[in-house]
Amino acid sequence: MNTNTFPILLRREYWENKGGFFWAPIVAAGLFLLLTMMAIVVGEVAANKAAAAGKLRIDGEVMINGLDLSKVSSKMTAQDAQELAGGVDLSLILASSWPFLVLGFVVFFYCLGALYDERKDRSVLFWKSLPVSDSETVWSKVTSATLVAPLLTLAAGIIAMFAFLLVVSLVVLIHSGNPVQLLWGPGSPLQVAGILIASIPVQAVWALPTVGWLLLCSAWARSKPFLWAVLIPVFAGLLVTWFDLMQSFDMQTFWFWKNIVARSLLSVFPGTWVDVAQFTNVKIDGPQDLMKLFSLKSMYSTFLTANMWIGAAAGIAMILAAVRIRRWRDDS
Amino acid sequence: MNAPANMTVRARGLSKRFPNKVALDHADFDIPTGRIVGLIGPNGAGKTTALKAILGLTQFDGQLDVLGFDPRTQRDQLMEQVCFIADVAILPRWIRVREVIDFVAGVHPRFDRAKCERFIANTQLKPAMRVREMSKGMIVQLHLALVMAIDARLLVLDEPTLGLDILYRKQFYQRLLEDYFDENKTILVTTHQVEEIEHILTDVMFIRDGKIVLNSEMENLADRYTEVMLSADRLDAARALNPVDERALPFGKVVMLFDGVERGHLESFGETRTPGLADLFVATMKGTYA
Repeated sequence: MNTNTFPILLRREYWENKGGFFWAPIVAAGLFLLLTMMAIVVGEVAANKAAAAGKLRIDGEVMINGLDLSKVSSKMTAQDAQELAGGVDLSLILASSWPFLVLGFVVFFYCLGALYDERKDRSVLFWKSLPVSDSETVWSKVTSATLVAPLLTLAAGIIAMFAFLLVVSLVVLIHSGNPVQLLWGPGSPLQVAGILIASIPVQAVWALPTVGWLLLCSAWARSKPFLWAVLIPVFAGLLVTWFDLMQSFDMQTFWFWKNIVARSLLSVFPGTWVDVAQFTNVKIDGPQDLMKLFSLKSMYSTFLTANMWIGAAAGIAMILAAVRIRRWRDDS
Repeated sequence: MNAPANMTVRARGLSKRFPNKVALDHADFDIPTGRIVGLIGPNGAGKTTALKAILGLTQFDGQLDVLGFDPRTQRDQLMEQVCFIADVAILPRWIRVREVIDFVAGVHPRFDRAKCERFIANTQLKPAMRVREMSKGMIVQLHLALVMAIDARLLVLDEPTLGLDILYRKQFYQRLLEDYFDENKTILVTTHQVEEIEHILTDVMFIRDGKIVLNSEMENLADRYTEVMLSADRLDAARALNPVDERALPFGKVVMLFDGVERGHLESFGETRTPGLADLFVATMKGTYA
């Protein structure tokens, strides 16, 4: 076996899925920026009208010549500054979140098609005519879903974040505010970027049960992998709910939906691990506290939960099953 | 089981059963190295199943040795020595010429990139072209260029020219003979277009209902089989020699096919000749679809 095959297998996945891996996050980021700018324009127009009518007040002082942000910053208390910082960071996370939301859908459908499309168009016969093992192939798809696509999305998210900061800085400048004082100083874009980077491994391990389940369906389904992948867990959930209603089962309906159904279908969506993360001593008292939710410590606390590891083990088992099915499946 | 060094494939009791059909029924055959072997049979006779077994794509019973490997357990090593072209539809439609070359170069230790690019240069293929933009003939040219640049010991072709026009079909086999085949390589090919490949085959195997019913070198076929054209009055005398097949021609003439009857003896009945592979095939497979 050639030891350097793995990178070329990843490139192969990228070539085939360039639209989802590369363009989709860029389009999502662009769309966010576009909507932001449109909202700013709407805000400007509304503010101008209000100022003209003498209705625009900040702390009781009427703004005659439109919004003057230098007056805002001059009146900020320490408490205000802290809230501002939290608010800026939160808006940065929001700015970077659009590509990540799209990523969830991209990865979901990528996994569903990864081992199905090649059987449908019979190209699996070509891939299998080359000295690449089924194991390498399937793991290259797992790596693409859990690392390659998220890293590309991360890049788009970080670019979106800084582009957003630039746009808002421009607006602040127009209103004679100081963007360094109002945005770049209080906000911590590098820290937010760091947190996004740090979330990649958490998300990768967290996504394994869904990636495994979807790949398994993709390798196994004779047709309509989407229906199988969704209907089996949902139907199981309904059955459990029904038994639960009949009280003949001592299984908690909610537990099943959360730990089986959602974990096998929704874990590819970024941030769904938040539910099992441990937040110690966080009292939400304003935007500055919200940022604490995204701390390294709370993110990596997920690695201390059984949910994370049992899910990962189940995911790996399903991936191994998909490898085996691909090895022996004989219908093309 | 280890095949002798000059044996590329050795099958003993090769069997494959589907729920309502036997695809391979204790087939025994050897494919020596340095041969071009035609595996010929009617639809559903087990050709593709036999190829899939050789390529490790399907489970089977019995013993099968391909280049010293068991295709079931040693497929990954085996595929470094074996190339495979199924019909034209199997190259992924989204891939570009340069991507597929990069990919094969990246995964195949025996791939000669310069050679492949030389083959491509002789066609109308362009590096940025996607498979979905190509005609069937061009797809086959691409696949052939990839495969011929791989220094493999066994090339398996399953209906490689299906749906191509005659120019592409002729070119396909021509290239294989001129630029690829040598005494260290073995080619195993199935096709329905028997007439087109009979000149390039060194050996032929007929498969019927999962069994190998004929396995012979092409040269020996001429010694074994004779066709005689008879007029109506000699029929009974000729039938006494047990022809394996007879068919009527216009104007009351009849053609009979004999297996293992000395040619000199048959010449007294009428004009003799060596039967074509297609005639032999039809005679052997009589009643298959009945």
